[in-house]
Amino acid sequence: MKLQSQALPSSEAFRANREAHLEALRVVEEAAAAAQAGGGERARTRHLERGKMLPRERVANLLDPGSPFLEVGALAAHGMYDGAAPGAGAIAGIGRVHGQEVMVVCNDATVKGGTYYPMTVKKHLRAQEIAEENRLPCIYLVDSGGANLPNQDEVFPDRDHFGRIFYNQARMSAKNIPQIAVVMGSCTAGGAYVPAMSDVTIIVKEQGTIFLAGPPLVQAATGEIVSAEDLGGGDVHTRLSGVADYLAEDDTHALALARRAVESLNRTRPDTVDWQAPEPPAYDPEEILGVVPADLRTPYDIHEVIARLVDGSRFDAFKPRFGDTLVTGFAHVHGCPVGIIANNGVLFSEAAQKGAHFVELCSQRRIPLVFLQNITGFMVGRRYENEGIARHGAKMVTAVATTSVPKITMLVGGSFGAGNYGMAGRAYQPRFLWTWPNSRISVMGGAQAAGVLATVKRNAMEKAGETWTEAEEAEFKRPTVEMFERQSHPLYASARLWDDGVVDPRKSREVLALSLRAALNAPIEETRYGVFRM
Amino acid sequence: MFGKILIANRGEIAVRVIRTAREMGVATVAVHSDADADALHVALADEAVAIGGAAPADSYLRGERIIEAARATGAEAIHPGYGFLSENADFVAAVEAAGLVFIGPSAEAIRKMGLKDAAKRLMEEAGVPVVPGYMGEDQDPARLAGEAGEIGYPVLVKAVAGGGGKGMRRVERPEGFADALAGAQAEARGAFGNDAVLIEKFVATPRHIEVQVFGDGTRAVHLFERDCSLQRRHQKVIEEAPAPGMTEEMREAMGAAAVRAAEAIGYRGAGTVEFIVDASDGLRPDRFYFMEMNTRLQVEHPVTEMVTGIDLVAWQLRVAAGEPLPAAQSDLSLAGHAFEARLYAEDVPAGFLPATGRLSALAFPERARADTGVRAGDAISPHYDPMIAKLIVHGPTRAVALAKLRRALGDTQVAGTVTNLAFLGALAAHAGFARGEVDTGLIDRDLAALTAAPAVPARVVAEAALAAGGLSETEDPFAGFTLWAPLARSVHLTRGEDVFDCVLRVCSPDRVEIDTAGGAVTAERRAGAWRFDGVPAAGTARAGGRITVFAAHGIAFDVVDPLAQAAAATGENVIEAPMPGRVTRVFVSDGDAVEAGARLALLEAMKMEHALTAWRDGVVAEVLVAEGDQVEAGAGLVRLEADDDAS
Repeated sequence: MKLQSQALPSSEAFRANREAHLEALRVVEEAAAAAQAGGGERARTRHLERGKMLPRERVANLLDPGSPFLEVGALAAHGMYDGAAPGAGAIAGIGRVHGQEVMVVCNDATVKGGTYYPMTVKKHLRAQEIAEENRLPCIYLVDSGGANLPNQDEVFPDRDHFGRIFYNQARMSAKNIPQIAVVMGSCTAGGAYVPAMSDVTIIVKEQGTIFLAGPPLVQAATGEIVSAEDLGGGDVHTRLSGVADYLAEDDTHALALARRAVESLNRTRPDTVDWQAPEPPAYDPEEILGVVPADLRTPYDIHEVIARLVDGSRFDAFKPRFGDTLVTGFAHVHGCPVGIIANNGVLFSEAAQKGAHFVELCSQRRIPLVFLQNITGFMVGRRYENEGIARHGAKMVTAVATTSVPKITMLVGGSFGAGNYGMAGRAYQPRFLWTWPNSRISVMGGAQAAGVLATVKRNAMEKAGETWTEAEEAEFKRPTVEMFERQSHPLYASARLWDDGVVDPRKSREVLALSLRAALNAPIEETRYGVFRM
Repeated sequence: MFGKILIANRGEIAVRVIRTAREMGVATVAVHSDADADALHVALADEAVAIGGAAPADSYLRGERIIEAARATGAEAIHPGYGFLSENADFVAAVEAAGLVFIGPSAEAIRKMGLKDAAKRLMEEAGVPVVPGYMGEDQDPARLAGEAGEIGYPVLVKAVAGGGGKGMRRVERPEGFADALAGAQAEARGAFGNDAVLIEKFVATPRHIEVQVFGDGTRAVHLFERDCSLQRRHQKVIEEAPAPGMTEEMREAMGAAAVRAAEAIGYRGAGTVEFIVDASDGLRPDRFYFMEMNTRLQVEHPVTEMVTGIDLVAWQLRVAAGEPLPAAQSDLSLAGHAFEARLYAEDVPAGFLPATGRLSALAFPERARADTGVRAGDAISPHYDPMIAKLIVHGPTRAVALAKLRRALGDTQVAGTVTNLAFLGALAAHAGFARGEVDTGLIDRDLAALTAAPAVPARVVAEAALAAGGLSETEDPFAGFTLWAPLARSVHLTRGEDVFDCVLRVCSPDRVEIDTAGGAVTAERRAGAWRFDGVPAAGTARAGGRITVFAAHGIAFDVVDPLAQAAAATGENVIEAPMPGRVTRVFVSDGDAVEAGARLALLEAMKMEHALTAWRDGVVAEVLVAEGDQVEAGAGLVRLEADDDAS
C-alpha cells in the first residue's frame, strides 16, 4: 500500500523542524570531522614523513574504488580522555574488496601511537562482533604500540579487554571468517598477536615490526642491543620467523597484497531473502528533516518516516487497527524485504502483543527486522499493571531477544525505559544500532527522573515533619535534569559505543540497506523462542 | 558480368572490393591465411578459402593456391587488390592460363612498367616527359659518376628494380657519389637481387602528383590527378584530389601525358601514372616528369572516387568482363575536393615503428568514409601492413573538406594499440598544408612540431582516473557512500615516463571529485553522461591496464598495478623485444656467462637490425626464442639468471 504523506513542505513547522535538525546535525558533523582528523596536524605530518599513508587513506586504498564504507564507532571516545583519542585511535567499518564485504579495523598511529585506550578496545571488539555475527572477513591494518599503559587497568584484565581480540580472531578463524593482518607499523607486545593470530599476514618492509618486547625492553631485560628491524622487521618475519607471510614494498603494495588475499577467499553469499529490484521512495528522504518534529515531546506519525525510507513508499501495514501505537508491517529497503516495527506512541498491552506476533511472523518467514525506535516506555498505572502489561511486554521482549532474523535498530527519537528493550535496544543485540542526532537515550526522561527523586525525598521530609519549598525542590531537581540531559545526548552515547554511530537522518535508507546487506552475509538460522508468558 | 569473383587480398582493400561486387550482384570468394581466419574480409565474403600460414609467402603470395581456390569455388575472375600479387606478371599469366580473368592489366603491360629504366625509355619514346637522367646498361661506377656530372648535382641514385625508397640515395656533391652508389647498390642487391641503378636529376620543392588512368586495352581516359606530396620516408600519409594550385592547362597536359603512357602499353583497367613536379616556381605545364606507373588500383583511389563520383572497382569489374570504357573523357568531370588520411598502428614517438595490438575500441565518425579491414576486437598482427583504416572526406571546397578531415580525425576512436592518429590530426591542422603549400619535404621539415606529445589537460587525466577506478559506468547506488566525509582513493596512472597521481573522492554514484597534478576536477553525471568541469566526457576504452581517453586523438594511460610494479622491481631478468620483428640471430645459449652490453640477439624490424644486449653481467638462464621466430613487442627473448647481489 503506498503511504500518503500529510506533510506540507512549505509549512512553517516543516521549515523550523528542518532547521533544528540541521543544527543538531551540525554539532555531530563537527564531532565527526574532529574524529576524522585523528591526532592532529603535527602527528599527521610526522606520519607522512615516514612514508606511511594516513590511516583513512589506507582504508580507502584497501577498498574498491567507490566502495561504500559503513563506518562503525566513528565518534568513539568523543569528549573522553580529555579529547586525547579522536575516534578512539582507530577506524572501523564495512567496505568492499573485490566486491566482497569485509570488516576493516585500522589503527590510527597519529593518535598516541595507535595505543589502545579502553574505548579503542571496545571499538575493536565491537567491530569483531559485527564481523562474527555477519560472517565478514576481517582485515586489520595494524600500526599500534599496544595497550595504553596509563589506562592498563581498563584495557588488559577483564573479559572484554585486550585479550578478547585474539580470542575472537581464533574463534572467527575457526568459523571460516578469514582473518587478514597488514602490519604497517608497530605491532608491539600484545599487539603482536594480531598478525600472529591471523590466517594471512602481510608486513611492510622497513616499516612494519612485530615483537613481544621492543628493543628498549629487550635491553632492560637481557642487555641485548638490537635494532627494531633486526628484532622483528618485515625481512625477519617473512624469511626467518614465519610470523608474516608476504613482504610488501610499501603501504600501497601491502594493500594490494591484502586485496589479492581477499580475491582468493572463495566466499559466496548465502541464499537468504528474495531480493526485488530496488526503487526509490516516492517521498524524498531529504524531507525527513522537515516531517520529524524538532522537539521529542511533539507526537507525529511515524508513517511519515517510513514513507521516506522504503522502496516506492509502499508499506503493507500488519494489524493496523489493533494496538496502533506500534506500527508493524512489510516493506522493501533497496530491494531487501524487511519487517518494520515502529513506535507511534507509548506501548500498551495490545501493542506489545502485536509486536510479539509480528516478530514471530518475520522469524517464521526469515524476514529481517527494522526497528524505528521512538519510545517513552510502556504505559504505567494501575489499570495497565493490573491487566498485566509486564506480561505482554515480556512477550515482545522474549520474541525480540530470541529471534534469529537480523535486527537493525534505528533510534529516531526517544529511547526510554523498558521500551528500549522491546524495540531492540543495544542489549538485544541488533546486528546494527544507529541513532539520529535528535535522539535521546536514558532509563527515563530527565524531568521524570528528577521528579521521582524529588517525590521520594518530599515524602521522607514530610514524614519527618520538615518543609520543602518549591524553590528548594527545583534546585534539588536541577543537577539530575542536567545530568540526564548530558548523558542522553547521542554524542555522549556514541562516544561510549552504546550504538554503532550517529547518522544523518537523510542517509538512513542507505544505512539500513548497507546494514542489511552486511547482515545477509550470514545465513538466517531457525528461530527458537523462550517460554512466552501467556 | 561475372557471377563470382575471388579477391586475392586481405584487409581493407579486400573489404572494399567485396562491397562493390556485392552492389553489382557479384558473389565473392575471400582467401585468407591462418592468421586471418576471423578477419572482416572473410566474414563479409560469400565464401572463404584458407590458403596457408600467416607469413605472406605462405599464403597471399602463393599464386597457385589462389588459382586453385578460384577453380574450386567456381570464381571466374580474380581481383588482386594492391600489393601482394597485384603487379606480378607471372601470376597474371598463370591466372589467364588457368582460364580465369585477371581483373587488371595484361602480364605484358605489367612487365613493361616493372623495370624502371625500360619503362622510362618507353615513356620518353611515347612523348611523356621524364626527369633528366641516365638509365644505361653500363653500370661502371666511373660512367655513372660521369653521367651524374652531366645531369648536374644534386642527383638521385636509384635502384632500377626499386620501390618504396629502398636502394635510393640523394647525392649533393661529386665527392659523395662513390659512397652513395655503393650504398644504393648494396641495398638494391639485398632487397631486389638486382643492383643496377639509374641516376636522375634531383628535383627541388618536389611534389608528388599522380594521374588516375583507366584503359580498355586500347584506349584510355584519365580521372584527373591526386596530390600525394604529404609523405614520410616515401610513404604517403595524406592524399588529396584535386592537387592544390592545379591549373586547367597543367591538368590537361598531365592528363594527356598519362593517357599517352597508358595507351603506349595497351593498358587495361585502373592504373596510376606518377609524376614528380618541380613546384619551386608554382605549377607549370613544363615542369612535370614521369616517375613510374603503378599497374593496379592505388591505396588512395577513394579520393578520385569522391571527386569524380565514379566507383573505380565497378569500372575494373566491367572492363575486365569485356565492357568498353564506361565513359569518354568528355563525360568526366571534377566536383569538390577530397582528402584521404591513412591511419596506421605505429609508434610515432619511437620513429613511426610499426605496432601491433588488439583493437579494444575502433569507431569512425559517420560523416566520413572509412575504408577498413578490421573491427573493434580484431588484432593488428605483425605479419601484415599495420594500416587500420583510410579516412576519406569530401567537401565542396578544399577548405571545407579539410575542416571535415580535421573533425573526422578528432572523432575517430582507436584503442588497444598506438597509432598515428594524433600525427594525422596535427598534419590536418598544419597551416602550410591548409594554404595548399605542399611538397614532399613538408613532413620532415616540421616533424618535431607534428609529432610533439600533446599536452594532457587535467580533465583528460581525471576522465582516465575515473575509468581506472571502474566508476565510469557504475550502477552501484551505494558508490561512494560514507557516513561523513568521502574516502580519498588514490589512482596512479602513467603515460610513458610521465606519472599522474590522482585522488578520487566519490561523493555519490554521479559525482566524483578528482585531484590531479594539474588541478582538481569535478566529474558529474547527468542522464548517464559524465561531464568533467562541465565539459562532456570524451569517452574511454579499457584494455587490461591501459585506458585510452578519446580526447586529442586518443591519450592512453597505463594504470599502475602495485603488484606488477613490485614484481618488476625485484625482477628485470628478462630481455624483451622492444618492437615486433623477426629474430635473425641468437648469439648466446643457456648457461653462457655474459657481460653487461654483450649482444644476445638480433631483431629485424622495419628492415633494420636491432641488437639486444645484456643490461648487466650475468648468466643466461634460458634462451626463449629461436632464430627466425617472429615476435611481438615485449616478448621475452633471453632470461638471465636471477642475480642476488643486484636485487
